[in-house]
Amino acid sequence: MAAAPDAWKPRNKALVWIEDRLPIFGFLREHTIEYYAPKNFNFMYFFGSLALLILVNQIITGIFLAMNFNPSAADAFASIQYIMRDVQWGWLIRYMHTTGASLFFVVVYLHMFRALMYGSHKQPRELLWVIGMLIYLALMAEAFMGYVLPWGQMSFWGAKVIISLFGAVPVIGNKLVEWIMGDFLPADATLNRFFALHVIALPLVLLLLVVLHLGALHTSGSNNPDGIEIKQHKGADGKPLDGIPFHPYYTVKDLVGVGFFLIIAAFIIFYQPTFFGLFLEHDNYIPANPLVTPAAIHPVWYFTPFYAMLRSIPSKGLGVLTLFSAIAVLFFLPWIDRSKVKSMRYRGAGYKIALAVFALTFIWLGKIGIGESTWIGDTYIARALTAVYFVFFLFLWAYTYFGWEKTKPVPERVTMHE
Amino acid sequence: MNKRIFAGAALLVLLSGQVLAQEGAATLYEAHVNLHDIASVQRGARVFFNYCAGCHSLEYMRYERISQDLGLSEKQVLDNFDFNGAKFGDHAISSMPAADATKWFGKAPPDLSLEVRTKGENWVYSYLKSFYLDPSRPVGWNNTVFPNASMPDPLWSLQGVQTAVYAAAKPGEDAKVEKLEINQPGLETPEQFDRTARDVTAFLTYVAEPNTYERERLGLWVLMYLVAFSLLAVFLKREYWKDIH
Repeated sequence: MAAAPDAWKPRNKALVWIEDRLPIFGFLREHTIEYYAPKNFNFMYFFGSLALLILVNQIITGIFLAMNFNPSAADAFASIQYIMRDVQWGWLIRYMHTTGASLFFVVVYLHMFRALMYGSHKQPRELLWVIGMLIYLALMAEAFMGYVLPWGQMSFWGAKVIISLFGAVPVIGNKLVEWIMGDFLPADATLNRFFALHVIALPLVLLLLVVLHLGALHTSGSNNPDGIEIKQHKGADGKPLDGIPFHPYYTVKDLVGVGFFLIIAAFIIFYQPTFFGLFLEHDNYIPANPLVTPAAIHPVWYFTPFYAMLRSIPSKGLGVLTLFSAIAVLFFLPWIDRSKVKSMRYRGAGYKIALAVFALTFIWLGKIGIGESTWIGDTYIARALTAVYFVFFLFLWAYTYFGWEKTKPVPERVTMHE
Repeated sequence: MNKRIFAGAALLVLLSGQVLAQEGAATLYEAHVNLHDIASVQRGARVFFNYCAGCHSLEYMRYERISQDLGLSEKQVLDNFDFNGAKFGDHAISSMPAADATKWFGKAPPDLSLEVRTKGENWVYSYLKSFYLDPSRPVGWNNTVFPNASMPDPLWSLQGVQTAVYAAAKPGEDAKVEKLEINQPGLETPEQFDRTARDVTAFLTYVAEPNTYERERLGLWVLMYLVAFSLLAVFLKREYWKDIH
């Protein structure tokens, strides 16, 4: 970024003055107009910019919620109703925040699935994937703590169950649980610290990670549905032949994605804000009561695949280990999958089938984890699905390590389908 | 590629449909509440404040808000709904002291501001219709939707007094209620009472979510704007992408 003599300069003199002292406009230019993205992005490439949009929505609506929310065990529940009934536009701000939280996970899961489809996690983008996984982890902590704040029955009992998972840590387990809660049960101290973490600590971590994620992305450049590196074919001007400037091409294209996404979001916010009890659960409209255990305790839908694994395993220690391994194993995906071919378009049938089975396994586990059914068979199905979840990684490693995969020839240049 | 994504999405919808189907495990009547029938919600409010509000509060609901949303004047609301001398801007709190209520019923009557949000319209509607005389209970009443509820039937004078017809008991088990019959007619016919129960449910549905009217009205404009925005975005994208092949 050091200004070379022939470096780009703004036209306006005042802006030149600023640019000479802080090359902010050049920096923005470098990452928008001069950032070349492959021209063959499809539908699956909308979810990154949408995730960023939701992050901004969560921060802005979150600021206004924090102005009216009362983070104490005695008043939290009533202050939510105060927001919903007495605060001007309070219901809209809250529904934007709650719907945003669920849609954040929808978008992030699709974004991650896109990576698996086209090999966006593979060399040279391993670090990009690892930072993305850290974002996912921070997002899970952020969402969990946010869910505790309204201090309804599901907030309280969900917090109790999730925090008690740390009790499975050998030797220090019980002390650790007390330390996290600041009490023997989720209580005022817990709510206060979760509020602090939810509104300050984790959003800062998330923002930092997002900056690193974008930095890593702009270093190696975007992958694409063909899984080939556009930087390998540059024109005389040094620009990738298959690349187009991110701005204006992808800014206007992402605008289309934003439009369609907002239509769906608005439909939920205005006409189905609880999303049939999935985004906002019925039981969470009962104030937290440490003396009454709800009939069924389960986390919100985006955690239920992992929760189903936990519940299906009779030993607590083993269950917790499985739960954390299920998330941890995702970090190592770029090294487990050793295929040189990135995109599933040119990969073996084994990969496509395994990926589809993996996705269905995840969804099915999520359905069981919601726990509407009390059928005993679900426990065994969940165990089998948990096994399938881990076997996917084992298979992927063996499939690519022993060269069982029959890949198709990868084209030199990107292909356009639309 | 897109086909596969749509297939996945369709499967998701299918699965979530199953989840929903399982929720209605208890056999409940369909409430068929219509919040846009303002007269129904107003009638429900009148029944609620005359028959229910003696014991049950609407802790989060202000009289003034009811007046705004249901198109009633301050005088109408205070004369017909406020029997405690509460101010127009106050919340609708019952006059029964919690300590006495606990002594009388074993448990203070719950606040009903969010009852429909937690239990659903059909549950509330069915509960109101399912009281019956049961001498074995402390207050003499029982309910098939919420067995052994400690609450007497507040609407018996309207519905009439129901008694249970028991099925033949299996050995070692208590007899199960097969159906309820009206033993002593009330002021309303069964059809009229269905309407009354529906009105009360409609009012409580409104109370659980008083922003519904404003939300649905505003939503239409927002969606119309977003459709226009998306169309413009599509045209803008096409214009810019004309030369990309």
